[in-house]
Amino acid sequence: MNPLAKLNQSLRRLPLHLAVILMCLLWVIPTLGLFISSFRTRQAVRETGWWNAFSRAAVPGQAEYDTYCASCHGGDGTQIANANLADPNIGDQFTRSINLLVELKKPINNAPHLVDPQLPANATQAQAILSPILNYMHALAGKKETKGQLTLNNYVDALVGYKGTADYLSDCDNKVASTLAVFKCNTSDLLSEAGMGRAFINTVIVAIPSTLIPIFFAALAAYAFAWLDFKGRQWLFAVLVGLQIIPLQMVLVPIARLYVNIGLQSSFLGIWLFHTGFGLPYAIYLMRNFIGSLPREIFESVYLDGASHWTAFRRLALPLAMPAIASLGIFQFLWIWNDFLVAKVFLSTKPVLTVQITNLIDPLGGNWNILTGAAFLSFIIPMIVFFSFQRYFTRGMLSGSVKG
Amino acid sequence: MVPKIMKQGRLAPWLYLAPALFIMLVFVIYPAFNTIVLSFMDRTGSQSAATACTAGQPCWGVLENYRYALTNPLMLNALRNNALWLVLMVPGTVAVGLLFALLADRVRYESLAKSIVFMPMAISFIGAGVIWRFVYYIQTSGGPQIGLLNAILVKLGAQPVAFLSGSRINNFALMVVGVWLWAGFCMTILSAAVKGLPGEVLEAARVDGASEWHVFWRVMFPMILPTVIVVTTTMVINVLKIFDIVFVMTGGNFGTEVIANRMFQLIVTDTGKSMAIAVLLILLTIPVLIFNIRRFRAEEAMR
Repeated sequence: MNPLAKLNQSLRRLPLHLAVILMCLLWVIPTLGLFISSFRTRQAVRETGWWNAFSRAAVPGQAEYDTYCASCHGGDGTQIANANLADPNIGDQFTRSINLLVELKKPINNAPHLVDPQLPANATQAQAILSPILNYMHALAGKKETKGQLTLNNYVDALVGYKGTADYLSDCDNKVASTLAVFKCNTSDLLSEAGMGRAFINTVIVAIPSTLIPIFFAALAAYAFAWLDFKGRQWLFAVLVGLQIIPLQMVLVPIARLYVNIGLQSSFLGIWLFHTGFGLPYAIYLMRNFIGSLPREIFESVYLDGASHWTAFRRLALPLAMPAIASLGIFQFLWIWNDFLVAKVFLSTKPVLTVQITNLIDPLGGNWNILTGAAFLSFIIPMIVFFSFQRYFTRGMLSGSVKG
Repeated sequence: MVPKIMKQGRLAPWLYLAPALFIMLVFVIYPAFNTIVLSFMDRTGSQSAATACTAGQPCWGVLENYRYALTNPLMLNALRNNALWLVLMVPGTVAVGLLFALLADRVRYESLAKSIVFMPMAISFIGAGVIWRFVYYIQTSGGPQIGLLNAILVKLGAQPVAFLSGSRINNFALMVVGVWLWAGFCMTILSAAVKGLPGEVLEAARVDGASEWHVFWRVMFPMILPTVIVVTTTMVINVLKIFDIVFVMTGGNFGTEVIANRMFQLIVTDTGKSMAIAVLLILLTIPVLIFNIRRFRAEEAMR
């Protein structure tokens, strides 16, 4: 093929590549936005879009500073040595813009401080300009975090469940009373009731037994359906498989009422049992199909050797069914990890990750920074599972999502 | 058939089945029947629903909770919204999934592209809700827009839009989230079907001079139709039960109510009505399930 024809062919494929890449971008950008925001400071998240995260110009007040101060003090505030604006001690003099205004009104060397341009004579207007300038001076002095800076504070705040107006670590440093009333400011805060740290542990405690118990029971039942003979085998299997169609909403309330009567409400045992019951019909169906399709000869030969059913189940069926167990296990684990409804109804006093996120949502959008951290804390495990077991995951998800 | 040699005592099979059977009896079968019974009872589940009737008001006697489920304005809104989801979001998701399966099939970075689109299936709907609340966020108290969509609108010189509380647009905004979540699921199943097509047939059509458009509609689509139907019916069931997305993004307010959210909101305050809605939900899904099972049987018979 000559080079021109080759080029022509690549050009004809260009719209295809553009379409695929555009679609991938549409799928990634919403998540990426939240991810980048999760490393930005509280103020930055509130005041500017996440796409500004990497631009230096985003420090507020720089424009005003350049207009009124930079001609004498320089862009970095270090010119005219007796008034080094980058000096933290100078910055400390001006905690409020009114202090700065007073200072600016004092003449320097018998000449007015500000020559050209002039601040507005109206004090309110002047302060509206001075306030960003002050902010920029603090940024120059390194007192205030600039917007370009990245931080892990959102993750810390989400882990401990901080609900104040600054951030947990600085509140602890400054001994802020309202924070000290809720937190101890040591590692025990990682387990505080309202935090994602506690929720993470709760989720692990819910998810692992709720994955293992149904798989084990399903394997037992599947072995019986596949390799044991009893009356009504086909019929019973059809009924159990049919139970897959029952949606969650059909079984929640009677179980919740039952739990209140027998004292299992808001207990881990209760939610393990519920997930086991609800997960079993599909698990039995999948395991029966897999164990039943194992070659009959190997079962016959171990029986000839005098093995019992129990031995055949433990030594033969279970190890050979590992691929099915992996798919099923990953599917069930992630289903439970991401579940909201069941946990909300059965574990109201021990919130799992999804429930804790909804507890942290402020309808007015005042705590986006904490939500970003919280959301990604809940994504860590699913992401690891997704990227390391993608093949099993896809298979389990596809055959499993058809269930009720 | 089980080989003769493996014959066992009469009790043995039941020992293997017992744990699973017991748990399913208590946690699936009993509650399903109990839910039906409770749907005819009052708000606390202690006496007949008919006692909630007041003289002079319309009343369906023991079916009073079903009167609520079928005539209450909030429920009518929910039913309308679920229908809207069915009509718009299901075909939308299947179409997007199919389009992406076809496009990605022709590029070398196929598996990466497919992972990206499938990834939302791995995270919780609650987390996805947070992601999209941030995209749709509107800043009403001055200052720059920090939500991506409104920032773009403002940049283009338009007014910011209240995507989640504006009743004209919010249902569509929620459906976009649904498409974003489920397109990867549809894509993966459809992609397997597309890859299974016999290459010679498509090649023959192309050699005969058919355009790609014709090859798709006249040759490919009829061949993958069974898979398209499986994906569509699965999505129909998912959409009938849609809950988490609506709960976390609008809480069912501003005219975005759906059936499953109404059921959840009433669980504590009015068990009877909540259970009537649950029964309504399974009645709506049953026709789809029967259709699915029939088709599945027909396919088994063909093998």
